[in-house]
Amino acid sequence: MLVFLLLRLTPGDPAAILAGDAASSEQIAAIRASLGLDRSLPVQFGIWLGSLARGELGQSYFYKMQVTQLIGQRLEPTFALATLTIFFAIVVSIPLGVVAAWRFGGWFDRALMGFSVMGFSVPVFVLAYLLIWLVSLQLGWFPVQGYRRLADGFFPFLHHLILPALTLSVIYIALIARVTRASVLEALGEDYIRTARAKGLPEIRVLVRHALANAAVPIATVIGIGIAILIGGVVVTESVYAIPGLGRLTVDAVLARDFPTIQGVILFFSFIYVVVNLVIDLSYVLLDPRIRY
Amino acid sequence: MLQNWSVRIGGSALLLLLVLALGAPWLGTVDPTLFDAASRDLRPGAAGEITTLEGDSVKHVFLMGSDSFGRDIYSRVLYGTRVSLVVGLASALVALVFGVVCGLGAGYLRWLDGPVMRVMDGVMAIPAILIAIAVVALWRASLPTVIVAIAIPEIPRVTRLVRSLVLSIREEPYVEAAVALGTPTGKIMFGHILPNTIAPLLVQGTYICAFAILLESILSFLGVGLPPDIPTWGNIMAEGRVQFVAYPHNVFFPGVFLAVTVLAVNILGDGLRDTLDPKMAKRV
Repeated sequence: MLVFLLLRLTPGDPAAILAGDAASSEQIAAIRASLGLDRSLPVQFGIWLGSLARGELGQSYFYKMQVTQLIGQRLEPTFALATLTIFFAIVVSIPLGVVAAWRFGGWFDRALMGFSVMGFSVPVFVLAYLLIWLVSLQLGWFPVQGYRRLADGFFPFLHHLILPALTLSVIYIALIARVTRASVLEALGEDYIRTARAKGLPEIRVLVRHALANAAVPIATVIGIGIAILIGGVVVTESVYAIPGLGRLTVDAVLARDFPTIQGVILFFSFIYVVVNLVIDLSYVLLDPRIRY
Repeated sequence: MLQNWSVRIGGSALLLLLVLALGAPWLGTVDPTLFDAASRDLRPGAAGEITTLEGDSVKHVFLMGSDSFGRDIYSRVLYGTRVSLVVGLASALVALVFGVVCGLGAGYLRWLDGPVMRVMDGVMAIPAILIAIAVVALWRASLPTVIVAIAIPEIPRVTRLVRSLVLSIREEPYVEAAVALGTPTGKIMFGHILPNTIAPLLVQGTYICAFAILLESILSFLGVGLPPDIPTWGNIMAEGRVQFVAYPHNVFFPGVFLAVTVLAVNILGDGLRDTLDPKMAKRV
């Protein structure tokens, strides 16, 4: 029962990872054939699966090193960018969504919904250039591009990362704020909210402790689904801001037709996506005591 | 439907873009691929001359300036509208057709359900942009491959939607009646069930269209999309980014067009959802 539920509730299950591998094995076969190494596809796939089991992703054609090593090198900037983005997004969007639901139909609610449609529609890189132009070139607050490693000091590291993270968080804020608003709105219609208000609880406590707590599961779900958008955004943002992370590696690998790297990075990203969603599914137990696995 | 303000605004903005795209040759444009060394890096609104392939000099006002090859940004942006609209519509159609077939199959024929949905779960585990990049990398970029590359990650979403609709529609009395009358399975699927999924599919298709336009420009911008000689908004911005600090207009104008287009399609989608599908409006 437990396993069954896990498989059902997770957007990508172990079978999903396998299917992803199968798609990549066709890539490997295609490039091998073009290089004159003709082995049948199942054999190729078997070999690749075997090396995957040993924790290897093959050797990059372009960088002449192990793909796992390459991913390890590029992990820090991407991880830092993604973490800061999620942090910004959660800190900003959840209060916005709660207030919008609280003042449902008011000017704040309508403004937030308008912003949210805009957030979905303005492409990340257009927004990135707008922010570079405004904040870096006109106001001079942040550097235009580039990245400093955490080892070079925390402040320069953060200083270079804030603008990319802000850029990337806009679409995420739009997404989470929308879902927060919808699910808090739904919770606010329940009887226990009326009871809580009747008890004379302060409004902030009703909103946070009663409404938001009951709206937590959909919010957590959308944060997980949003990881896919985040990964897409990372690829673009790193390219615009010249951050040497995994997103840049993906684009460079595609331009160089470096198939082992492309497939390694895609596998890695998908793995992260599935793991994050699994963790979020498991966190439902904490968010909602009624859910049991 | 036309009473709804979202439908009106989004729809008329799209009609305007369609007119711009179709009427591009008559709207004071020059050949968008025309190089002219004498008129490089002009500011928006600068007047200049451009030499056509036949060698004639034509007086031309560079409404949106020119790029570092001396090409007219205004002409390139207008012709780029064509590419964006075609990619958006075609990707949505491809995703819908495949999604409908898979979803009908999975929803109505129980033995197909497991295998089809597992494959779809697998596709969904990979972020859309990565699938698109991988497909384009594998096949070399051209208009059809880009359209297919953008449509593939959307197929599972359509499939899931159709499947869930089919699962509820198949329990309706009129389907049971059709089964009892001995109607062939194919006729039930396409004649009785499919028509009842049209409204939600139209809404979903609009969102896919918006996303496809966005994704196409992202691919072009990253340099992995359509070849640079085709004027697309993403390509114009990719070429303009090198000298963004000195000449922001190369990125600015296509960016505005892109954002407005996607916004218009999304607003249209919201409006359609509210009018066609009140149940879905509550869910989002």
